[in-house]
Amino acid sequence: MDKQVTLTIDGKLISVPEGTFVADAARMADIDIPVFCHHPKLEPVGMCRMCLVEIGRPIRDRATGQFVLENGQPKIQFLPKLETACTNRVEDGMVVHTQSESAKAGQKSTIEFLLTSHPLDCPVCDKGGECPLQNLTMAHGAGKSRFLYDEKLHLEKRKPLGELIYLDQERCIQCGRCVRFQDEIAGDPVIGFDERGRSMQIMTSSEPGFDSVFSGNTTDICPVGALTTADFRFGARPWELEEFPSICSQCPVGCNITINTRREAAADGSMVIKRIMPRQNETVNEIWICDKGRFAYHYTESKGRLTRPAIRKDGKLSRASWDSAIKLAAENFAEAGKNFVVLASGRLANEDLFNLKSLADHLKGDAVLYSEIGGGELTSAIGISPDTNLGEVGPGTTLVVIASDLYQEAPIWYLRLKQAVRRGATLIVANPRQTRLDDHASYVIRYAYGDEVKTVHSLDKKNKIGEAFTRSENVIIFYGSEGLGVEGSAALASACAKLLNEYGFAGKPNNGLVGVWQRANDQGAWEMGYRVEADLPRFLRGKVVYLVGVDPAGDDPRLAKALENAKFLAVQDILESATSELADVILPAQAHTEREGTFTSGERRVQRYYPALPVLGETRPDFAITAQIARQAGFIQEGTSVSAAFDILSETIPSYAELSYSKLAEVQPQWPVVGRGDLYYGGTTYENKHGLGAHLTTTASRGENVHILRVHRESAPRPQENELLAVPVTRLYDRGTTVLPAKVLKNRIGKATISMHPDIAERLNVKNGGLVKISFDGHSGEALVQIDKTIPAGVVTVPRSMGLAIHEPVPAKVK
Amino acid sequence: MSLVDPVIELGRGLWRTLSSMFERTVTYQYPEHKRTVRPRFRGRHVLKRYDNGLEKCIGCSLCAAACPSDAIFVEASENTDEHRFSPGERYASTYEINMLRCIFCGYCEDACPTEAIVLGDNYEMSYYTRKDAIYTKDMLIEPVSSVNQTTPQKTPTGVFTRSVPEMKDAKD
Repeated sequence: MDKQVTLTIDGKLISVPEGTFVADAARMADIDIPVFCHHPKLEPVGMCRMCLVEIGRPIRDRATGQFVLENGQPKIQFLPKLETACTNRVEDGMVVHTQSESAKAGQKSTIEFLLTSHPLDCPVCDKGGECPLQNLTMAHGAGKSRFLYDEKLHLEKRKPLGELIYLDQERCIQCGRCVRFQDEIAGDPVIGFDERGRSMQIMTSSEPGFDSVFSGNTTDICPVGALTTADFRFGARPWELEEFPSICSQCPVGCNITINTRREAAADGSMVIKRIMPRQNETVNEIWICDKGRFAYHYTESKGRLTRPAIRKDGKLSRASWDSAIKLAAENFAEAGKNFVVLASGRLANEDLFNLKSLADHLKGDAVLYSEIGGGELTSAIGISPDTNLGEVGPGTTLVVIASDLYQEAPIWYLRLKQAVRRGATLIVANPRQTRLDDHASYVIRYAYGDEVKTVHSLDKKNKIGEAFTRSENVIIFYGSEGLGVEGSAALASACAKLLNEYGFAGKPNNGLVGVWQRANDQGAWEMGYRVEADLPRFLRGKVVYLVGVDPAGDDPRLAKALENAKFLAVQDILESATSELADVILPAQAHTEREGTFTSGERRVQRYYPALPVLGETRPDFAITAQIARQAGFIQEGTSVSAAFDILSETIPSYAELSYSKLAEVQPQWPVVGRGDLYYGGTTYENKHGLGAHLTTTASRGENVHILRVHRESAPRPQENELLAVPVTRLYDRGTTVLPAKVLKNRIGKATISMHPDIAERLNVKNGGLVKISFDGHSGEALVQIDKTIPAGVVTVPRSMGLAIHEPVPAKVK
Repeated sequence: MSLVDPVIELGRGLWRTLSSMFERTVTYQYPEHKRTVRPRFRGRHVLKRYDNGLEKCIGCSLCAAACPSDAIFVEASENTDEHRFSPGERYASTYEINMLRCIFCGYCEDACPTEAIVLGDNYEMSYYTRKDAIYTKDMLIEPVSSVNQTTPQKTPTGVFTRSVPEMKDAKD
């Protein structure tokens, strides 16, 4: 444990860890020191002067180093002037007065100064109601200003810093929280201060403006209404919003979020989501979320929602009752026997996946996860174990990221790894091209696409990297699917797992294998025993397919063809899609914002989400639909209570043993404290009152034997002359069905962009930003060219889910 | 009780009747004749305009927050100089009052930072359906005297930048 320091604040004797700032120490002791620029997650800067207090230190004798005593007590010396509590660290014997006359006068005049140029347009300000400046002015302000109203600065009220974030220059109090967040936490120093003194203003230095995937967080920590999001601008007053705890469904990190809803006239008076805010969970996302999680929620209110069951009659889909739709599906599933396939998405809840898997097992069919990453069974064998916390790992821990661009695939993991390096952890990044995480890596390994397994085998070689790896106390490997298909990533996972197992980096906290999945609950599917299929088009031909939450036909024309040739298609989804057009029966499901459930994050943390919106139309939750089909097929499943379904799941699947909904809802006090009435952080990060979730156990942590099969894989295809090797990469903002309906992200999604080395571009005679035609595997499409000299020659990177149906490395022609 | 008492009582009653025949009538022949209301009467709300026709309401929703019976619903949108409803950045794109819920307490008037909502003189509110009781912005907004005062207006840049005006002293 850290050394404790004892000091007195307002007569209260408290002990806090050494190195704590006085402002934080006061917070721990429930004493209120007002702050604007101070934020416990950021380095101190002392810009706003709001936290002025009287600080007294005991006088030490110069000769002996002992305290000078006076009446048996150490003699305290106060400086003649006030000091900032946010920049002074605690010392033994320190005496702090926060309520003395001079301290209060200091705070009062700071407020008065801050308000000299603040417009006080609280009635139209989006922060009004959850604004620290408003609250602290009420608590500590003078109530009257001696300054002249007419001399206020009048500046631009609506300055776009990018298309997502707007700056109100008048409201800004120059605390620099946003600038420091971007520099220190996000590592995207794209905004800064321009000019000095009274002319100082925030400006952006990137093109497009404010080019960071974490930009939305600056609006949360802004202590005034200077930064607002384009999405929520004038959307609602904060006190009118209802809050519902949820889990982000966009990536495997599993960020805790709060969904704010309100009635809307345009939606005919029904409740709609107004904004998504982070919810504190220091073991998952701390108090941050990425912009995709914040802005891409619009799909749930899309006009294309499926709301009624339908059955294909005479070649046309027509409205049907739930009973007849379920009966039709159940009859076809039961008849199919071995030809029955469940093709499920990782967007589904654990309970849904569990019911689907047991339906497939009961009917002797197959349960396949719709994903392009293999090897997930190994994460459930030697994945990271209970008590792992990426927010605490430091010296002695090595983090390896291979074949993944975390900034694009799981931004919050990028943040967490970056912070871990700052605390002293070793980071090894292995990727054929440059990624954003390289800047923070201790070692960077470059390999050629196709050499992933070889790279893993060389991690314990006798060199600097090998030494760092083998001498670590803990190792976590993140493996992804950059440049890999199902088989390639399975081989990579197996190589990683073998290495971890060999050196004993498994079965204990802060050790293990993590998959950087494509969807929020892919991990859950692996835990249930799903598998992935490398050649899906061939596999689906002639089958009876139960498609749940997936749109293969929209993703790939070859899959569309395969589905046309399937025997029977039951499509259970929330949105209309190319796949639902082909369906024989449509079963409309509820979006995760409309129901209760649990997700298993890539870190193997099970977390609960709660219903935020009323049920739409005749939709039903996925697990209930599956249970009704099972009942028709003569097999009882839990289909009414989602918590009861989870109980059955936890009894069946060993890694979920002893978990229950009440256990997942447990909370512990977290530091920093958020959500109190004083709105310490800018008020808008929500306190976690509804559960921090719980970690799954692994085969290794349960002390059982782990078998790791060596997966062989054919080497990457060799492109012929005048061909390039097209490799799939994952982007954050893609054209997925859950992202595309967010109009605010339209520019960030953009067009499909392929990247290539300048030499190749020269050979092909294309310029940066030029439009080309790319064709591979009988499939072709248009894409913009980005010239990137870190891409290996002979390779072109093709983004997944951007309209080009790439699943694995293939030779491609570019014109 | 003597025999005289009933006679006295009868006489008193008749005297009351007779004397009231010469008093001023208090009955109004509503709806032909309407009584003028007191200066501080709280009738149906009116959303006021500035002299140039711009709406005073800035869509801040403070009236809805102050409303003890949750009768007011406001949604805001952003003004542009091309398409301006009110001074400043924000205007009310939806403004509804449910008159069945309203208790005419006048708190909305007190809460309004721009003196946009005022409880007027109109007390003639009756409806056949519940939906009719919801007064929309079109019904509440003060009518304009000339066409060029209607909103939205096209305004010069940089003139109407303040949402909250500097208030003069209230008159009453």
